[in-house]
Amino acid sequence: MRISDIRYTVAQAEILKGVTAMIGEGEVFSIVGPSGAGKSTLLRTINRLAEPTAGEIFLDGTPTREINPLELRRRVGMVFQLPALFGETVADAVLYGLRLVGRSTDVKRLLELVGLDAALASRDPQSLSVGQQQRASIARALALEPEVLLMDEPTSALDRAAQQRIEDLIGDLGAQLNLTIVIVSHALDQVERLADRVLLLVSGRLEGEWSKEDFFSGKVGEQAQQFIAGEL
Amino acid sequence: MQDLGTVASALLALSLVAAAIAVSRYQRLDLERDIATAVVRSFIQLTAIGYAIDLIFGLENLGYVILLLAGMTAFASWTSAARGEGVARAFPISVAAIGTAAATTLGVLLLLQVVPPTARYLIPLGGMVIGNSMNTASLTLGRIRDDVKAHRLSIEAALALGATSRQAVSPILKTALRSAMTPLIDGTKTTGIIFLPGAMAGMIIGGADPLEAVRLQIVVLYMLLGSVSIAAILVGLLSYRCFFTPRHQLRTAPPES
Repeated sequence: MRISDIRYTVAQAEILKGVTAMIGEGEVFSIVGPSGAGKSTLLRTINRLAEPTAGEIFLDGTPTREINPLELRRRVGMVFQLPALFGETVADAVLYGLRLVGRSTDVKRLLELVGLDAALASRDPQSLSVGQQQRASIARALALEPEVLLMDEPTSALDRAAQQRIEDLIGDLGAQLNLTIVIVSHALDQVERLADRVLLLVSGRLEGEWSKEDFFSGKVGEQAQQFIAGEL
Repeated sequence: MQDLGTVASALLALSLVAAAIAVSRYQRLDLERDIATAVVRSFIQLTAIGYAIDLIFGLENLGYVILLLAGMTAFASWTSAARGEGVARAFPISVAAIGTAAATTLGVLLLLQVVPPTARYLIPLGGMVIGNSMNTASLTLGRIRDDVKAHRLSIEAALALGATSRQAVSPILKTALRSAMTPLIDGTKTTGIIFLPGAMAGMIIGGADPLEAVRLQIVVLYMLLGSVSIAAILVGLLSYRCFFTPRHQLRTAPPES
């Protein structure tokens, strides 16, 4: 996937000021930056929940502008900070996206894939813990067999134990499904554990893009060093 | 001048308003001004419409009836649109919803010859249809606007799974329509047991045959159910679109996390 000079302006405020990046297949690609840097907005331009003001994003060489947004969102799944499951049972929630196109799948297999007990399928989603709900929401995104999975701070609402389990899951998914994962995270320790590559945004401007090793070894610019030191 | 005297006698009922003002004072509800405005406005508006109807009755021309109903629709739409502040195109949406509701229900009643095409029937029935449709339109507009705002996350979660705007907003539309229509449905269910509806009460007081009053009241209730449903559905279907772009994106950007 290639992101080319993406700009996003809303109400005269320039949220993204020309961001360019290459995201390799099967990679865990992390977007980091201080709050208000435009990380979530960048993520949302990828599945076009937000429409870039200028620039182009290519998925397998095709500009996403030329793909029907509904189809694009089935190919590029998204997991939010909070799970927002709907339906009367966990199975309904997980199958939501597939049912929109008249399909179905084996829910139990999906639940097991994200580390949930298959017996939860018939439970009310709201009766699950937030950590379990978040895993169900990952199952819901995976049900559509996306090529890319966008994750917007997927663990920030969870306690440490649940956070750890989701991180393990993200690591497993990348390896098992050869899924490209783009993850927005504000926790640098998490980035260090999960990411293959790191992109730093500061005030909507691209500060750079590095391999994780380079990013954390200090072979980075002054802005990035300041960010890692928590001074931004 | 005798009719003016009749109107003036209604002012004696004003003594009852004193009770409302007393409660407001006693409990410091700060509603005195609102009550006063309501009293003065209702007096002026009702007197004016009384004379207008009287005038139109004399003219015996259906064109004036339609003109008056159109004016009422415009005023009702303006009121609804004010309640739906924050919804783009709230006024044209309200005009379409209230206008269609009134035209359809009155049209059906005339077509089926349930009521005769005279000012005596069309103006009061039209007023009821327009008034009730206005309340429904206001409730539906406000509810959809508030719920879209409160449920951004769920809506975007649905969109992110490939749902269309319509699919993503459909639970909200359902709740909004339900809450806008429930009061009238409940009122219709309990009618005659808990309260005698206004039209029927008025006719009985006016000396009409109670069975004729009932016949007309049944017509009124069914007409209102029909018109309120039409208004609610039209407001729902027309207004949700203004929260989305044609590419199935929610319009207002969420705060950056």
